Amino acid sequence: MGQHELLFQGAAWDFSTIQRTFAAIEDIAVNELGLDTYPNQIELISSEQMLDAYSSIGMPIFYNHWSFGKHFARDEKAYRKGYAGLAYEIVINSNPCISYIMEDNTMTMQALVMAHAAFGHNHFFKNNYLFKEWTDADGILDYLSFAKAYVARCEEKHGVPAVERILDAAHALMDQGVDRYSRRSRPRLADEKKRAEMRLAHRQETFNDLWRTLPQKKEAASLSDGEIDARRAALGLPEENLLYFIEKFSPRLKDWERELVRIVRNVAQYFYPQRQTKMMNEGCATYVHYRIMNRLYDRGQIGEGAILEFLSSHANVVFQPDFDDPRYSGINPYALGFEMMRDIERIVSAPTDEDRAVMPAIAGQGDVMGVLKNAWAEYRDDSFIAQYLSPHLMRKMRLFKLADRPDDPHYLVDSIHDERGYDGVRRALVRQYDPGFREPNIEVTDVDLSGDRRLVLTHRMSNGVPLSEDNAKASLNYIAELWGYAAHLNGIDADGTTRYHLEAGPTEAR
Amino acid sequence: MNIIDRRPNPKGKSHTNRQRFIRVAKETIREAVKRSIKDRALGDVDSKEVVDIPMKRINEPRFHHSAQGGERDHVLPGNKEYVAGDALPKPRGGGGGGGGREGSPDGEGEDSFQFTLSREEYLDVLFEELELPDMAKTHLKETMGFRTTRAGFSATGAPNNLSLLRTMRKSFARRISLGRPKLAEMAAMDSAIAGLADRSDRSPEEEDNLIELRAERENKVRRLKRIAYIDPVDLRYNRFEPTPKPMAQAVMFCLMDVSGSMTEQMKDLAKRFFLLLHLFLSRKYEKIEVVFIRHTSEAREVDEETFFRSRETGGTVVSTALAEMQRVITERYPPEDWNIYAAQASDGDNFSSDRAACLRLLDQLLPLCQYFAYIEVLDEQAVDIFRDDNNASVLWRDYKTALESHANFAMKRVFSKADIFPVFHQLFAKGRKAA
Repeated sequence: MGQHELLFQGAAWDFSTIQRTFAAIEDIAVNELGLDTYPNQIELISSEQMLDAYSSIGMPIFYNHWSFGKHFARDEKAYRKGYAGLAYEIVINSNPCISYIMEDNTMTMQALVMAHAAFGHNHFFKNNYLFKEWTDADGILDYLSFAKAYVARCEEKHGVPAVERILDAAHALMDQGVDRYSRRSRPRLADEKKRAEMRLAHRQETFNDLWRTLPQKKEAASLSDGEIDARRAALGLPEENLLYFIEKFSPRLKDWERELVRIVRNVAQYFYPQRQTKMMNEGCATYVHYRIMNRLYDRGQIGEGAILEFLSSHANVVFQPDFDDPRYSGINPYALGFEMMRDIERIVSAPTDEDRAVMPAIAGQGDVMGVLKNAWAEYRDDSFIAQYLSPHLMRKMRLFKLADRPDDPHYLVDSIHDERGYDGVRRALVRQYDPGFREPNIEVTDVDLSGDRRLVLTHRMSNGVPLSEDNAKASLNYIAELWGYAAHLNGIDADGTTRYHLEAGPTEAR
Repeated sequence: MNIIDRRPNPKGKSHTNRQRFIRVAKETIREAVKRSIKDRALGDVDSKEVVDIPMKRINEPRFHHSAQGGERDHVLPGNKEYVAGDALPKPRGGGGGGGGREGSPDGEGEDSFQFTLSREEYLDVLFEELELPDMAKTHLKETMGFRTTRAGFSATGAPNNLSLLRTMRKSFARRISLGRPKLAEMAAMDSAIAGLADRSDRSPEEEDNLIELRAERENKVRRLKRIAYIDPVDLRYNRFEPTPKPMAQAVMFCLMDVSGSMTEQMKDLAKRFFLLLHLFLSRKYEKIEVVFIRHTSEAREVDEETFFRSRETGGTVVSTALAEMQRVITERYPPEDWNIYAAQASDGDNFSSDRAACLRLLDQLLPLCQYFAYIEVLDEQAVDIFRDDNNASVLWRDYKTALESHANFAMKRVFSKADIFPVFHQLFAKGRKAA
């Protein structure tokens, strides 16, 4: 046994136990693992509040919308009937980093959750390049409370249905409402809020009712070809961020409606890094809690019972059912993430000859945390797999690649975990995690400004995978609704042939 | 690290979102509620309701890839016997082998989900778009309710009502006006004194200065002690005052024919109607009383149990019930203080000798009432006969004459459980014209 006393015994906890345990975890996380985190704030909530938090995508403050009510009803029912347990924790990428822990958890679980969320996720949020570039941890909570107030004000002024009309439509485009590549200046959420307030103030100051009485200008005469090209260049087409394009150029949206679209776009952008790094983020947090809990046990700070309880719950988290298991529902990001982190640890500290051949840069390098921290900072899911998925791990998880071709009545086992197959499996897994392939690539390609102002969107199909049709039609309707004129969507194959064409017009009643 | 205990925070944070959701899914919910009202047992007309909402109605569409079609690769874990080049038959329906569910957060496979309405929500939907005609008499003498409202501040009160802000403001003002030395001033003076006292080479002026400073400090310390930071005279309390609040009150008369010709099934229909009316009224009025009057050839005021349960035999004289109602009104419910509602259920029989008396009484009663609804309950066999308005029962034909002269009178026929709610709906629909 080590030089320390047990931090707690049994399942019960109180605030001083939590405080004490947190200090011990922090000691290991900072001094032994060298993690670099935002300051922590632990918030204790009841299971009911956890359900509340679920329904508004985990954020403590969020504007009101019926869809959150729907999610709440569904989650609540699943929980009450026992179909689904609740997450042990929710962690928010903010500064300070807020972690919710539930009152029903045992003390061991609280320790696990603190190690996982308050140090694992927290370190990842603070250091990963995507989060650094795209999210603003200092501003997010202020921005959300601004968004909530703004939406509420709009509802008061224009009525709930008018606001919902915009939010419903904007929500449908959230996945296509992000910038994938850094081009425009990054959002500073605190400035966003100031900007919106200034705009409002300016409008109030300069308001002059007389303008309304001026005769409206007639539609501009039709433009020459050169002018159309110039206009298109000015619009920056093609544009992948549909919400951005609509916000900037929709001919029909009113100012407050534009601001609502902007709010939805900013929220989508804030969550985008989380979608791109889900596997790594969970892997990082799971690896961190695993190291910390074991270390607590080694130092004699938690007992046998606690470590067994921890291991059992840890095993559930990283459980990966085989593909033919009825429980299988895709690759468990916790499992893959954790295995990869452990595998890197193995390669760095005790490499085989194979590892030396495949990953010469890190094999036997010795500094496990150094290598891992670098990986956590510099990669996202797809690039991380491309760089670090070792043949050893592919064999261990027995990964294989199945090719599904539309005109073949059979699936083909294309490559498996052997010498010839490693590259194929790895490449396919990379694609599976690449947002460019996972999500449909839809761009604004044309706007017929001189004519009927219809918006033309192009879906560049990869490998001929179509869109889910009902969803696509409904989403296109929403686009037309926001744009104010007709919207067309063309599905273009890799060889340039048009595979399908959808049209939608705005509803007339405005 | 901070630990914040959020458990005492107000509950029901997502209540607004829930209300919004109900509004969006209203159409479906309304249908389900209407369906439920005819299937429900009498005892739980107003309990919770589980509603199935088809996913399509409340879909949140997104652009995402279809689960089928196109060339795709899946990486799967747990290979047991396959080697490269093996062919596996595709499962029927496709997609099953690959991580098919991923990327569709709302699950395309989900057809509907169940949603439980609380009692309040259920009633909201049930009585939506219905209103009480003529809720005029709200000026009422006796039944004044009291409500506590804020009424400024007072210098005395219970400690739990202490208004911190006001108290501190008063204290601040007093400290300024009485010139209580500030702690920062004291500290500055202390350091000045210490600075001088530490030096041994003081000039005579500095020596004088030091003495002066010390005296001044002495003085300030005295002031500091004398002038309290917070004095009892600063204390201010939130003051609450009970304000009288007029409470609208209503009385509901349930009149029913319980003669032998009324079958159990007919009484059941009548009861459903009364129940709905009672639920509806109790949502509009904080205080509502119910009077049950049943009649055969004579009428009696009874309690609820007797009203619905016990059977009697005898003829039918409707005017007796109306007379009894009139008696109760004069005795206990003066029309200038009470909103009076009446619902009468009968199979339409009446002694022919009673017809004139009955109409005369009705003419007297109607001006006293806010609303008088007559429903004629009929069994299934009577459906064909009475569909046509020309074939009508005695009472129906008589009451029809009252219909023209009184706007607050309405009459409907009810044949089955399914009719109850539509009829109720017609009787109380918003903007209802005299039917």
